[in-house]
Amino acid sequence: MSGLVSDKPKAAPARAYDGPPDYRVVGQHGMYPQLSHDEISRFNFLAHMNRHLSTHIMPGVKEAFDARVEPKFVAANGRGFKDRHEVRKALLKDSLFQWWSALRRATMETRQQAGRWVTLRQADQLNARAKALTEHDQRLKLNPALPLPRYVEAIDHHCMPGSYHTELTEGDVTGPCNYDIGIFATTGGMLGRYNDGGGQAIAAWVKDTLPDLKPKRILDIGAGLGHNVLPIAQAFPDAEVVAIDVGAPMLRYGLARAKTMGVDNISFVQGDVSDLADLADESFDMIHSCMFLHETSYASMPKIFAETHRLLKPGGIVFHVEQPQYTPEMPLFEQAMRDWDAFYNNEPFWTKMHEVDLDSWMVSAGFEPGKLMHGGVAAVVDPEVFPQAAKDTKQEDYGRKAAWHVVGAVK
Amino acid sequence: MSKIDPLALAGAKSKGKRPYFLETDVERLTNIVLVLAQELAVVRERTDTLERLLEQSGVLTRQEIETFTPTKQQADERGAWTQEYLARVFRVLQQEREALHTQEASSEEVADELAKV
Repeated sequence: MSGLVSDKPKAAPARAYDGPPDYRVVGQHGMYPQLSHDEISRFNFLAHMNRHLSTHIMPGVKEAFDARVEPKFVAANGRGFKDRHEVRKALLKDSLFQWWSALRRATMETRQQAGRWVTLRQADQLNARAKALTEHDQRLKLNPALPLPRYVEAIDHHCMPGSYHTELTEGDVTGPCNYDIGIFATTGGMLGRYNDGGGQAIAAWVKDTLPDLKPKRILDIGAGLGHNVLPIAQAFPDAEVVAIDVGAPMLRYGLARAKTMGVDNISFVQGDVSDLADLADESFDMIHSCMFLHETSYASMPKIFAETHRLLKPGGIVFHVEQPQYTPEMPLFEQAMRDWDAFYNNEPFWTKMHEVDLDSWMVSAGFEPGKLMHGGVAAVVDPEVFPQAAKDTKQEDYGRKAAWHVVGAVK
Repeated sequence: MSKIDPLALAGAKSKGKRPYFLETDVERLTNIVLVLAQELAVVRERTDTLERLLEQSGVLTRQEIETFTPTKQQADERGAWTQEYLARVFRVLQQEREALHTQEASSEEVADELAKV
């Protein structure tokens, strides 16, 4: 695909440009679908729409909260808000919150339709390409008999029709392909060329925190299509990486995608991470999840933590990357805004996961309190081309900013 | 032919009851308008590509577009197109206005009347 055809400006810009880059900067790996000019323009529009919502409309929600929502609540109740749910319910009656929410939901649904059109119209070609890349490859280990956890089956996460697991036809990869190509639009380009800005940041954090760690075996739980684990596998090229997910289409697409990007040290294994009985005790040096725990449940989390403890070698490291927890220091307004994706973007467990004390859950799973670790990472991207989450103070976008907390432990 | 019909499936609903923040009809209309805004951006970007390619290949300059002044004949043709366009878009209001001056029976009422023996 050619780049922009002419750099010659029509006229001097009225203001310095600070928006997302053109979609054509997105990296074209071997599983990338063909995209027409108009299909690219749709993603450009949607990236701008998300950016506009977060930088121009959402700040108005805070202004409306301060100017009328909170004063009205205090006047009516003779007290302030007692929790984030009261804040959210009060916000739901405010017209600015209603309009911002309606547009944010509409933008997400429109993004899904735009990406699904691209992948479904060339489904046969994409599925054939994935088949050619993965057939007879021992690194793809599927288990069609695996029961789907309720947390996946109950609702389609982030309004993605069919979620991680649905196969429209045998060997289908259109779901993960849609997910992959649309991340640019949802994040406004914050995750970089191969949606790997998060994974790159995690790899750098590990090397910084534990410079002597030379992991031989790495386990990624809830890996999805592998865009977060790829940069980690690249950072530790001598390690054998195992990426687990329940969704067969994700794993199939993930292996095909990784191979075309020249990353050959990852196996994609279908499994439920609350029970990984097939994997031997103390067989991994590093275990991690990236933006995964919030899509599970209270019933599965202790089992997941217990499995990580069992599978980790002594001296090995486990960590989970998530948006920040709701601590008492976090204002209730911020907590309520961060809950938006839980209630209105089909991420139901987001709200409950973020209120627990992850440290105590780790300790209950057997990790020593003195060996817990905490950190923060922000997406690493090519600053010439992409906006940098770490430096972007204008874009908070509660819960969607490309900057995360890390909670972990050394065993 | 593929077994997968993109027209039927691209806009499929995700599992989970949909929340509404505005009056339901207003929000439905908002969704429709958002997609029209998207498609306008798509057309605008395509035109921009065309202009840049034409300029690059020396067919015209964008300055010529900016300073283009239609002749009387061309302006009339364009004006006529815009009149026709607006008449199409606002058909429902035209008919609302026409209805102000009439006392007409509905088709259902006429049906009843015509069925009388």
